Amino acid sequence: MIPGSEYVIEITYIVAAVLFILALKWLSSPVTARRGVWAGEAGMVLAVAGTLLYHGIVDYKWLAVGLVLGAIIGVPLGNVGMTAVPQRTALSHAFGALCVTLVGTAEFYLRAPNVPPFMMSVLSLEVILGGLTVTGSLMAAGKLQEILPQRPITYKGQNFVNLAMLAIAVAIAVRLVLHPEAMVLYPFMVGIALVFGVMMIVPIGGADMPTVISLLNSYAGLSAAAMGFVLNSKLLIVAGSLDGASGFILSVNMSKAMNRSFTNVLFGAFGQVQTSSAAAVEARPVHSATPEEAAAILSAANKVVIVPGYGMAVAQAQHKVRELYDLLTKKGVDVKFGIHPVAGRMPGHMNVLLAEADIPYDKLMDMDEANPDFPQTDVALVIGANDVTNPAARSDAGSPIYGMPILDVDKARTVMVIKRSMNPGFAGIDNPLYYLDNTLMLFGDAKAFVGSIVRELSGGGGHG
Amino acid sequence: MVKADLINSLYVFILAAFIGFEVIRRVSPLLHTPLMSLTNALDAIAVVGAIILAGEHKSTLATVLGTVAIVAATSNAVGGFIITDRMLKMFKSSRTQKP
Repeated sequence: MIPGSEYVIEITYIVAAVLFILALKWLSSPVTARRGVWAGEAGMVLAVAGTLLYHGIVDYKWLAVGLVLGAIIGVPLGNVGMTAVPQRTALSHAFGALCVTLVGTAEFYLRAPNVPPFMMSVLSLEVILGGLTVTGSLMAAGKLQEILPQRPITYKGQNFVNLAMLAIAVAIAVRLVLHPEAMVLYPFMVGIALVFGVMMIVPIGGADMPTVISLLNSYAGLSAAAMGFVLNSKLLIVAGSLDGASGFILSVNMSKAMNRSFTNVLFGAFGQVQTSSAAAVEARPVHSATPEEAAAILSAANKVVIVPGYGMAVAQAQHKVRELYDLLTKKGVDVKFGIHPVAGRMPGHMNVLLAEADIPYDKLMDMDEANPDFPQTDVALVIGANDVTNPAARSDAGSPIYGMPILDVDKARTVMVIKRSMNPGFAGIDNPLYYLDNTLMLFGDAKAFVGSIVRELSGGGGHG
Repeated sequence: MVKADLINSLYVFILAAFIGFEVIRRVSPLLHTPLMSLTNALDAIAVVGAIILAGEHKSTLATVLGTVAIVAATSNAVGGFIITDRMLKMFKSSRTQKP
């Protein structure tokens, strides 16, 4: 061993921890954000290089295999299309948690039966959180990729079954803390955590994904921090708690944006409320408009706010929306975007898609910025968003989404809604917005309809 | 694990969580997707634990699990940094953008 190398390793870890914190600090503004990525990369490379100096390493062969293979898998995962980012993120939560769970398991079998009680407690926390995050995230990724059905699947006694499973896993953990020699129990603890992860996501529907992804993010971070306790690695504790804190903050944001508690999201209520609201639906008249009419109204406007939702992502309409934005801006129309925190399938999803389409980020407003603007807005154009614009959330105490903060598009002079049909959205909740006198329904595929408006606008370009 | 280690670890955990809350609260909602992919990539620092596990070669099980763990974490680090940078590259202000 090279003398002093243990200090070198520790110093690389300290520098890495500082770089990680700076990375997140620089992410506070789009101007410095890329510097954040470089800081993170530098910290990672430094810490890995430092670790490779560790004197206890006797065999580098498998390390090389692992690092190279990981990089080979990582490159395509880093290059997926922007619409696939939610499922990629879910998948990476699964990978992170897999790493933690495997290391925890190996540590257990290396030390058992002589595991001190405190270490066994954190190790159990590590592998239970890790295990449920592995399968839970895989399920979430499957639903987002539409390999698995997106609809929430609920059955009688679901919450009881889930809670019972979690309780059994915890009971086994307690037993192992008191009697670590009962090694035969360990696989059951991990196994139950894995099954619990699946069962936890079964009742989750597409619109709940932003909250659930954030929550899984938080779990992945916390399990990594627990691994830091087991290995006595301060760097890992720092990285894990940063990740845990980030996931936690995002989960709280998402829950608030849906006016729901964590428990409410996890122990699914949306699947059940559907039935109660369906009865109120009746055939009411709506006003609809053609692309020509829509184009005329848009070009006569001074101020337009576009409200995108998951429907825009599904239709891949963001590039057509960009063309619309360009044409209207050229005509002197002030065009901005109003983005609800839970629009799409993960936090910030819409911003990334619009940025991909080259829409400047200073035109993207979050809910608090957008809402005071709507009363002065000539046209609010809703593309593929539904529940987040539903005024029943403000006015109808009987509505399942009552109390949820929404984008007040109905306060704009004219509301135009691009929608495939009058079918209600995810939660099966009727949207009174569509029957308002100032609302025009534009029926069709988001991409095709925006395309037709763009053709109208560029064809008759002279007036404006 | 000795008691002093535990107390030290708890200090680090609590302080890091505080820093995390304060720093991440300031991240604009605009960048919440890159935030998640970046914290995910940073979380892949768990690879150092896996490297020691696989490198020490204390048992075949530990080496096998450690190697798989290295693959999982490395793919997260590499993929996470690439995609975060790709996303951030796309965020342009209208002031810096060519007309």
